[in-house]
Amino acid sequence: MTSSAGRMSWPVLAAVVAAAALAPFVFTDFFVSVILTKSLWLGLAAASLIFLSAYGGMVSLAQVGIYGVAGMAYANLVLADGGSSAAWSPWVATIAAIVIAGVVGLGFGAIAARSVGIYFLMITLAFSVLVYYFFSQVTQLSGFGGVNNVDLPSLVGEPGQDPTRLYYTTLIAALMVFLGLRYISRTPFGLALQGLRDEPARMRALGFNVTRHRILAFGLAALVAAVAGVLSVWYNRRITPGSINLAQTIDVLIIAVIGGLYRLEGAWVGALTYALLDNYSREWTPTVGNVLGPERFNTILGIVFLVIVLLSPGGLMGLWERARDFFDTRRRGPPGAVATPSPAGAGGDTKS
Amino acid sequence: MSGSSHTPLDPTAGGAPGVDGSEDRAEADLGAADAGRGRLGGWGPQRIAVAALAVVVLVWLIVKASEDLRQFVVVSLNGLTLAALFFVVASGFTLIFGLMRVVNMAHGALYLLGGYLALEMQDAWFTEDSGLGLSLSGAGTGEYSLFGWVVPLLLATAIIGVIGVVIQQVFLRWNQGQDLRQALITIALSVIFADQMLAAFGGISKDIKAPSAWPESIALPGDVRFGFFRGVVVLGAAVLIGLGLWWLITRTRFGKIVRAGVDDRDMVSALGINVQLVFAAAFLLGALLAGLGGVLGGTMIALAPGEDTSFLLNSLIVVIIGGMGSLAGAAIGAVALGLVDAYADVYLVFGDTDLTNYSILVTFGLLVAVLAVRPLGLFGRPA
Repeated sequence: MTSSAGRMSWPVLAAVVAAAALAPFVFTDFFVSVILTKSLWLGLAAASLIFLSAYGGMVSLAQVGIYGVAGMAYANLVLADGGSSAAWSPWVATIAAIVIAGVVGLGFGAIAARSVGIYFLMITLAFSVLVYYFFSQVTQLSGFGGVNNVDLPSLVGEPGQDPTRLYYTTLIAALMVFLGLRYISRTPFGLALQGLRDEPARMRALGFNVTRHRILAFGLAALVAAVAGVLSVWYNRRITPGSINLAQTIDVLIIAVIGGLYRLEGAWVGALTYALLDNYSREWTPTVGNVLGPERFNTILGIVFLVIVLLSPGGLMGLWERARDFFDTRRRGPPGAVATPSPAGAGGDTKS
Repeated sequence: MSGSSHTPLDPTAGGAPGVDGSEDRAEADLGAADAGRGRLGGWGPQRIAVAALAVVVLVWLIVKASEDLRQFVVVSLNGLTLAALFFVVASGFTLIFGLMRVVNMAHGALYLLGGYLALEMQDAWFTEDSGLGLSLSGAGTGEYSLFGWVVPLLLATAIIGVIGVVIQQVFLRWNQGQDLRQALITIALSVIFADQMLAAFGGISKDIKAPSAWPESIALPGDVRFGFFRGVVVLGAAVLIGLGLWWLITRTRFGKIVRAGVDDRDMVSALGINVQLVFAAAFLLGALLAGLGGVLGGTMIALAPGEDTSFLLNSLIVVIIGGMGSLAGAAIGAVALGLVDAYADVYLVFGDTDLTNYSILVTFGLLVAVLAVRPLGLFGRPA
């Protein structure tokens, strides 16, 4: 278990944030919008997954379902083409959407939290796919062809013309969530969560209500996913059932795994990698008949995912930590134990 | 499952006074066969709520059935035949999990690939005007012999079986026991498969043609007509497969090893049995069932991108309801899901309000109801 061991130091974090804040002055509008903003909100969705996995030992695939609920709720509550005819103020709708998704998340958590490991994964996957089928069937809520031209708060302006305001909004949201989750991991609640990740039976013996803790953690992660859902609607100005389907569920899982399921920062590392691959792999992918080519992005993504899972279960963050440990060992001589992230952390090793 | 290696982890306890966790576990440890039956003690609020819900649903069905008995019979048969298909696919899924603790997320992809392969063979070898390639209009023009359906069925099923074994040997064998990693690997494979199938077979919905000699439908008592393929072939195949698997698991040496392996893999291995061979055989069998399901489903419903997701979800729900690794659980879960799907698609009409497009919520409700009472599914046991 290394998830709580290494944490990003403040100077590094400050440097990353400063670089992110300067990005709009360096990069084109296209890059800021399509790569950076998208990475930030995708990273939020992945962060809610990683939070549950790293601190709670629960790999949940329901996060896209929850962010879909939040996005659909927001799109329906404000002025938009399609969906319900409500026309709330965007900020009220934002809060309402996050609350709705939080309640749905608590409900999902209450059902799933008594299961662990791979059962938990399967049940949450079923939730996510059920949310997708729900919205694709109920066209009163999802419109025919999605809810379009969604009203945005004036704070973000017109992202189509000037993406910087939305970029900064998303950046601040991501930073706040990151710091918030990091803080929570050190509160008594967060420490207990990590305790019951490692030793549920002992935690129960100590008098902790394991199930209730898991449910609360799930609800908390649902709020993060809800923020990602609302931001995704701000970014796209629309939401369709197709954007919350199984493929998207898997994409967010892939982002989390590429980044590393054991480190919160990995969410944004993975999301940035994903966005870069999504945009630029099409240009350099050689065309090999029907099998490979610009159209076959999912094959490339699947292969990258497969290679990461096969080679480094800790994702890119795990790779980085291993490289650092390797050089540390050479400089200082072998320490007692080199902390290698292992897949046992969040679900492997069932030798029963 | 970070705790399961230390203690018999108990996911049921806590926060559920009625569902006495420790008692559930003790009972489950005695054997899957006894689980879920014959225990009337410990009726907590959740059980009472679920029982009340079941009574309401039952009464509603009786009301609807008395209004139009013929429709009820047809809807029930639709549900049962759907259940038969779910069972064929999910039994492979649950078999693989039961023995190896591998959640094969590529199961849906194998299902769809099986269907597509059979379709390609039928088009290439058994259609008169095969020179034109895929005929998109398709319907009703060609004559298909019995061979034109059975040969693709057997070949496609066999190929999927081999692909399954290759996946197991290349990607899963060396990381036995890391169940999350194995699930992720199969997810990655399913992404690649889905994209490649889209490239190779296109996005248009297609179907495999049943032999032309078979009747379209059969007459049942009470002036009900029902599709021959659905009602006879698919249902018959599911029953035969169910019986065959039951025989294999309970009456043969292979089944004995599988059952022992489910309980204690290391001990079986220590007794000198080549567990790796048994694993490969189980994966072969599981993949064969996915491929066979794909051919049946491709003839009964259709083949299109997205069917892989749909059947992965169906398999997941069936085994979550029935309990992972239990054949009887898969059968009951499939029947429950099939009937609920069929009834919810038709009977969610209350007066003038048509709620049938909310039918997915009923499926969700089924899942919730079962998990509220038995977090490991009806026949599930702690891993």
